Amino acid sequence: MALTPLNDSMITGSQDYASIDNSISSMIIDQKRHTRPWFIMFTFGVMGTGLLGAAITWLLYQGVGIWGNNIPTAWAFDIVNFVWWIGIGHAGTLISAILLLLRQPWRNSINRFSEAMTIFAVMCAGMFPLLHTGRPWVAIYWLFPYPNIMGLWPQFRSPLMWDVFAVSTYFSVSLMFWFIGLVPDFATLRDQSKNKFARVLLAIACLGWRGSQRHWHRYEQAYLILAGLSTPLVLSVHSIVSFDFASSVVPGWNVTVFPPYFVAGAVFAGFAMVLTFAIPIRKLYKLEDLITMRHIDWMAKITLATGLIVAYGYTLELFYAWYSGNPNEWDMTLLRRLSGPYAWAYAALIICNIVAPQAFWFPSLRRNLTVVMIVCQFVSVGMWLERFVIIPMSLTANYLPSANRMYYPTFWDFGMFAGTIGFFIALMFLFIRFMPVINIFEVKDLLYKLLGHRDSQIALKPVEVETVGGAH
Amino acid sequence: MSHGAPKKRGTFGLVAEFSSAEALLEAAEQAGSAGYRETDAYTPFPVHGLSDAMRFHDIRMPWLIFTGGLVGAFTGFTLQWYTATIDYPLSVGGKPFNSLPSFFPVTFECTILFAALTAFICTFALNGLPKPYHPVFNTPGFQRATVDRFFFAIEKSDPMYDSEATRKFLEGLGAIAVSEVEN
Repeated sequence: MALTPLNDSMITGSQDYASIDNSISSMIIDQKRHTRPWFIMFTFGVMGTGLLGAAITWLLYQGVGIWGNNIPTAWAFDIVNFVWWIGIGHAGTLISAILLLLRQPWRNSINRFSEAMTIFAVMCAGMFPLLHTGRPWVAIYWLFPYPNIMGLWPQFRSPLMWDVFAVSTYFSVSLMFWFIGLVPDFATLRDQSKNKFARVLLAIACLGWRGSQRHWHRYEQAYLILAGLSTPLVLSVHSIVSFDFASSVVPGWNVTVFPPYFVAGAVFAGFAMVLTFAIPIRKLYKLEDLITMRHIDWMAKITLATGLIVAYGYTLELFYAWYSGNPNEWDMTLLRRLSGPYAWAYAALIICNIVAPQAFWFPSLRRNLTVVMIVCQFVSVGMWLERFVIIPMSLTANYLPSANRMYYPTFWDFGMFAGTIGFFIALMFLFIRFMPVINIFEVKDLLYKLLGHRDSQIALKPVEVETVGGAH
Repeated sequence: MSHGAPKKRGTFGLVAEFSSAEALLEAAEQAGSAGYRETDAYTPFPVHGLSDAMRFHDIRMPWLIFTGGLVGAFTGFTLQWYTATIDYPLSVGGKPFNSLPSFFPVTFECTILFAALTAFICTFALNGLPKPYHPVFNTPGFQRATVDRFFFAIEKSDPMYDSEATRKFLEGLGAIAVSEVEN
C-alpha cells in the first residue's frame, strides 16, 4: 500500500472520504456537539460585544475626549489596536494564499478558520480608525471619493488615504476568497443535512453547486488567481499601514525598515492567534486527526522564523537611530526606550517577542501544547506592546521638550479594546457552530494526493494511517 | 422562462456512479477515446487530471481577470489624476499636481480589487450559477456526489448516445451503478 506520504502525518487515524466529511460536517449537523465550553466562550464573547457597544455609544455621545488621547499623542490605543488586529488577520491570508502558491498542502486543514479569523480581525480593526474620527458619518467625504456637494476630494497623497483603500480592498478580497471556498462545502452540508430548513438554507448558500468537472475547472483557475492576487495584496496592506508612520518625520516612526518588519510582525502575531484557536478547538471537537501535531509543529516553526525577522527589525531600528546621526531619533529610539518612562513596555516587548519564542527551537517544546499556548500568549501581548512602543510612545517626546507630554489610557480605551476581543470571540464561536471549520473538499483532495492518486483502496476499506511517534 | 410550466420530461442521459476518483479518471479517459463529447463528471473535490482526460479546456477566466485588473488600474489612476489635477488642483508642499509616486498604492489596490471582483463574478457567471435545478440531481444516490462518490454522465445530446450501447459501455468501465436520468 502506498502509505509512505501519509506518514508525514498531515492526516491521521482511520480515514476515507466519508469519515473526513463526517468529522467536520457533524459540527454543524449535530448541534449537540456544542456543549458547555462553547456556551461559556460564546457568553464571554457576547459580554465583550456588549462592552464594545457601550464603549462605542458613549464615544459617539461624548466624543473622543473619553479616550486618553491628547496633543501631542493624538494617535494612541485606537491606532495600536487597529494595527494589532490587521496584523492578526494576515496569517489567514498567508495560510490560504501564499502557502497555496508555494504548494504546501498541509494548509488545507487550517486555511478555513484562519481565513475566518482574517475577516473577523479586519472587522475589529476597521472600527478603530473609523471611530477615531469621532463622527464617522461626517468623515465619509474625506475617506471615500464620491462627488459630494462641497466639491471636495480625498487627499490621495496621504498614506492615510492609501490605508483606506488597502484595508477595504483587503476585506473585500478576503471575503470573496472565503466565500468561494465555502460554496462546495455548503453543497456537501446540503446533501448531508437531515433538517429541511437547514437544507433549503444551505441549498441557497451553495448556489446549486453540483460538483461538475467544468465548474471545478474554472473554480480552480479562479481560486489560484485569487491566491496570486491576495499574495501581493497582503504584503501591500501592512506595508501601507507602516507607511502611516514611516513616511512621517516623527522620531521613532521615520524608519525605512518598517514595511518588511511590519509584515513579518503581522504574520508572527497572526500565527500565534491561529494556534491559540486551533489548539483548543481541535481538542474540543476531536479534530486531532485532521489538525495534527505536524501542523502545530509547522506553525510553531513559522512563528519562530517570523519572530526572528521581527528581532532583526528591532536591531535595525536601533542601528538606524545611531547611523542617522539624528539626536532626536537617538533619544527616542534608544534612550527613552531603555530608560524613559515607558521603558517597562520596551523590556516586556523584548521578553515577549524575542525571548519567549526561542522555546520553539526545541522539538520537544513545539510538541508540548501547553508550552505552545503559553508562548503564543506572550507573542500576542508582545506584538500589542510593540505597536504601543512605536505609536503613542514616539509621540510623547517630540523635537521640542516643551511639547513633551505623557500619555495615559482611560477606562474606555481598555473597554473598547476588550470589547473587540469579545466581539472577535463571539464571531469565531458562531463560525465554529454554523460553518465548516475545516475546508472539507480540500482535505479530501489532500487525502487523495497523500494516497498518491490511488484512492480505489479506500473505497474498499478506510486507510489505517500509521502515526510516526508524534511529529518529526 | 420555462419554470413552472409543466415540462415534457425527456431523458437527460446516462449517469454512472464510481467509488473512486481513480476509476472515474479511467472512465473519463475511455469515454473520450471512444468518441463521447457531451459528457460531464461530478466529483466531491477537483480531481487533478480530469480536465485533460475529458479534453476540456477553457482559458477565458484568466483573460477576463487580467482585463478586470487593467480596468482597475486605469480606474484607480484616473480617479486620482482627475481629482488632483483637473477637478481640484491643490498645492501640497509644492508637490506636482500629478504626484505619480504617491498615486501608486491606490492604483495598485484598485487593480487587485477589480481583478478579484472579476474572478469572483466570473466563477459563478461562467459556471451558470446560481442554478437551483439541474437534471443530474435526479440521479439516484446523487447526494453522495459531494461526499465520496464520483459520477460520470453521458448526455443524450451526444451524437453517439444510444441508451443500450452507451449503458453497456459505462457498465464495462467498472461503474457501481448506471442509471438513465430524466430531465
